[in-house]
Amino acid sequence: MKWETVIGLEVHIELATKTKIFCSCSAAFGGAPNTQCCPVCTGMPGSLPVFNKKVLEYAVRTGLALNCDITRYCRFDRKNYFYPDLPRAYQISQLYLPFAENGFVDIKTRSGKKSRIRIHEIHMEDDAGKLVHSVEGEFTYLDYNRCGIPLLEIVSEPDFRETDEVTAYLTKLKSVFEYLGVSDCRMEEGSMRADVNLSVRPEGSSKLGTRTEMKNINSFRAIERAIAYETKRQTEVLENGGKIIQETRRWDDVKGQSFAMRSKENAQDYRYFPEPDIPPLYITEDEINHYREVCPEFADEKAERFVEQMNLTEEDAEIITASKKLADLFEGTVKLCRTPSEVRFWFMSQLLYLMNENNIHADKVTLTPEKFAEFIGFINSGIITRQTGREVFEQIFFGDENFDIAAYIKGNNLEQVEDSGLIEATVQEILTANPKAVMQYKNGETKISGFFVGQVMKKLKGKADPSLVNKAVAEALDKA
Amino acid sequence: MNILNMTALETGAAIKNGKISSPEVVRQVLDAAETGNGKTNAYITLCREKALKRAEEVQKKIKSGELLSPLAGVPFSVKDNICTRGVKTTCASRMLENFEPVYNATVIDELEKAGAVIIGKLNMDEFAMGSTSETSYFGTVRNPWNNDRVAGGSSGGAAAAVSGKMALATLGTDTGGSVRQPAAYCGVTGFKPSYGTVSRFGLIAYASSFDQIGPIAHDAADCAAIMNIISGKDKKDGTSLDINYPDFLSSLTGDVKGVRIGIPAECYSNPELDTEVAEKTMAAVSVLQKSGACVEEFSLPFFDYAVPAYYIIASAEASSNLSRYDGVKYGFRSDDSGSLSNMYCDSRSMGFGSEVKRRIILGTFVLSSGYYDAYYQKALKVKSVIMKKTAEIFSKYDLVMCPVSPATAPETGKSLVNPLKMYISDIYTVWANLAGLPAISLPCGFDSAGMPLGVQIIGPALSDVKVLDAAHAYQKHTDFHKKYAGVK
Repeated sequence: MKWETVIGLEVHIELATKTKIFCSCSAAFGGAPNTQCCPVCTGMPGSLPVFNKKVLEYAVRTGLALNCDITRYCRFDRKNYFYPDLPRAYQISQLYLPFAENGFVDIKTRSGKKSRIRIHEIHMEDDAGKLVHSVEGEFTYLDYNRCGIPLLEIVSEPDFRETDEVTAYLTKLKSVFEYLGVSDCRMEEGSMRADVNLSVRPEGSSKLGTRTEMKNINSFRAIERAIAYETKRQTEVLENGGKIIQETRRWDDVKGQSFAMRSKENAQDYRYFPEPDIPPLYITEDEINHYREVCPEFADEKAERFVEQMNLTEEDAEIITASKKLADLFEGTVKLCRTPSEVRFWFMSQLLYLMNENNIHADKVTLTPEKFAEFIGFINSGIITRQTGREVFEQIFFGDENFDIAAYIKGNNLEQVEDSGLIEATVQEILTANPKAVMQYKNGETKISGFFVGQVMKKLKGKADPSLVNKAVAEALDKA
Repeated sequence: MNILNMTALETGAAIKNGKISSPEVVRQVLDAAETGNGKTNAYITLCREKALKRAEEVQKKIKSGELLSPLAGVPFSVKDNICTRGVKTTCASRMLENFEPVYNATVIDELEKAGAVIIGKLNMDEFAMGSTSETSYFGTVRNPWNNDRVAGGSSGGAAAAVSGKMALATLGTDTGGSVRQPAAYCGVTGFKPSYGTVSRFGLIAYASSFDQIGPIAHDAADCAAIMNIISGKDKKDGTSLDINYPDFLSSLTGDVKGVRIGIPAECYSNPELDTEVAEKTMAAVSVLQKSGACVEEFSLPFFDYAVPAYYIIASAEASSNLSRYDGVKYGFRSDDSGSLSNMYCDSRSMGFGSEVKRRIILGTFVLSSGYYDAYYQKALKVKSVIMKKTAEIFSKYDLVMCPVSPATAPETGKSLVNPLKMYISDIYTVWANLAGLPAISLPCGFDSAGMPLGVQIIGPALSDVKVLDAAHAYQKHTDFHKKYAGVK
């Protein structure tokens, strides 16, 4: 029998507000343990949560970007359970009246398959703290810095059929959040986390199978592995005549396996009820209209526009717009130097290469459109060649905004050589040194002229105008 | 000058006029509290040195004209579920026996800004759960009028301290009558403000929807003066109301001419109501009637549903609010429990008393899946019906008058054996909490055993001034509030 995998995702995203959702502590990542908490976020007796309205703004803008209906009235509920990382022993979440429902996200997988993933709902909640276990396993330490970081939980419908769709969806969410500027979505820092609800069923069946929920999945790679593992596990159970137990499973990325945490029968009863400490929230028509107006151009639209206005291929446009930061750098540079094809060349060949090679995230790229355009100017005016340009580009990529390109070119003697006498002399020198190759050329191996061009360029340290070198080599070979 | 027979406002005036100093006043009250506490157990903590030092500072500022509040220099005593920085705040529980907050409740900050001197923390029912102040981990509070009787609860320590001349002005908290009922049992004045007018920040939560801090003092004017200090919008409390707050004290006219007072028939036909309480309450109504108020009987159709709805919602919220006491971060932790879940279980089993555990279990039950709709959801519906009917009632009447409690203070040791009966005795007070109304309890006489009893005046939400003014009018014509038990 052929089996079909059915997946739904619950994605948690930390919002990048300056302060926490219910107090004024900093929401920044990475402070020393317990330096970013107060009586409110640690739930000390008598403390009260006060809602940070910025969270609602970020939430509503997200809801609109994901095509959701935004409620005009919503409320928080308490989700009660005991755990040391939850100092109040309840999470403040939204069960009964989430702020956004019925949305969708259109995705395209790597293989080009397009699909629409429906969003069931999005709700706001606060994050819990972190437990840090000592190496010897003797002690567990508590870090409450993360308590009260605002989270959005995006609950999808079970609309995924393959891992590629899951990856495309998460990539799309990441891009939307980055474009909105409401989260940096870093899985490795835990600011984006996904729980996977998965079931399998005979292909062609319209009935959903019994699902499991997998938690503790911390990277794109882990998601792919967890889905593959769980699909295989469930299929094997069913093929052997077994039954899937509805349960929560914990993904262990080191072992590459998931393990049962708790079944439905002993599922926790969270005893949700309306949070009495926070009055209901009202969202006005005006606010929604305003957020609609300030909604940014997202990656898809931007890519389309780049194809149209800048003559990019669809593929290049997609790569360039994958990050808002880089798309803005690209567009800003083009605006200043007006040669999109040259900017595209340096962007695709050097910028992405240097980022990859040095493992630099788009956020951390410091190159400005001004510097980039100034650099393109040196290329366009023929002051430096593409070859020596690589060295200069590396300098501006790692340098700061005060980096002096002209001084660097001068200081390192990188100006393009346009002295035809010098070029001709060098060509002659190379021909003399390689009589064998000259013979090969004469015997009809004309392709070998490239070898001479290369040697000449090398000798002139890449600074020679390639068109002049080509011409000189051709003439010299003809005469030889 | 002996200030123990004076009100807080009279004392404040004496300090201002230089007839007596704040340190001297504080010393007198502390001496009386130390002497009286052996009999009544009204205080859990007295902070003599801290208070005297503070009184000296306050005295200087009064002299220099920096402090202008009519209560500057006056000693205050505060219920032990209101957080005081650096002073133990125990909630009368083993769980928080050694808990010293690093922050003040907003009301404490406000009192200190006005120049009040906090002298001690008052005994109460554990986590404010109880109607007799017998569930305290630190022992029963006894009624100054008769030490074999309870002082009421949960703010029993506050009422006993005022009545026993061990405090001039106090703050209690009222979740289902916890300010008003002990005030009635001890023959003093207790005011529960409209929900949202006094910040709850720093009040250790029992039932967040109903909890409200309120004064217990000698008379309505003192309560109004205290309200001037403690009321107001607080950005640390999301449920605190952003409205124009009146000057409660200067709004008191003592005039009730033309005020429409409704008398709920069901309150008086209640078979549990003691006949003496009924008579004295009606007598109190006629005092205001004679002063020009229009009195009319009406029907309170939800009377029987208020107590069950209240206990379901309050217990539900309590079960969640008290979950944070898990032994992990502060408070009582059982040693040697082995696993995490055993540590939770043992710490909570040993740290909480039985009434608290009863309400946590009750609240957990009514929120459990499968029971939520039948209990919690239904109680919320009852609450919303009550809110609606309340609005109708107050479209016809300015105020409602009824008893505070069906009877006077019971003997100690009798109430907790039948908790259900104890819950039902909250029948006259929970309405104000369910609907967020201002309500005051005033001494209005004594039963044949010589125990004081109280009458209650309730107004629509945010009519706090009107309620206080009617109470002030009543006290202009009577002197029950001037009778003190002393400490027998």
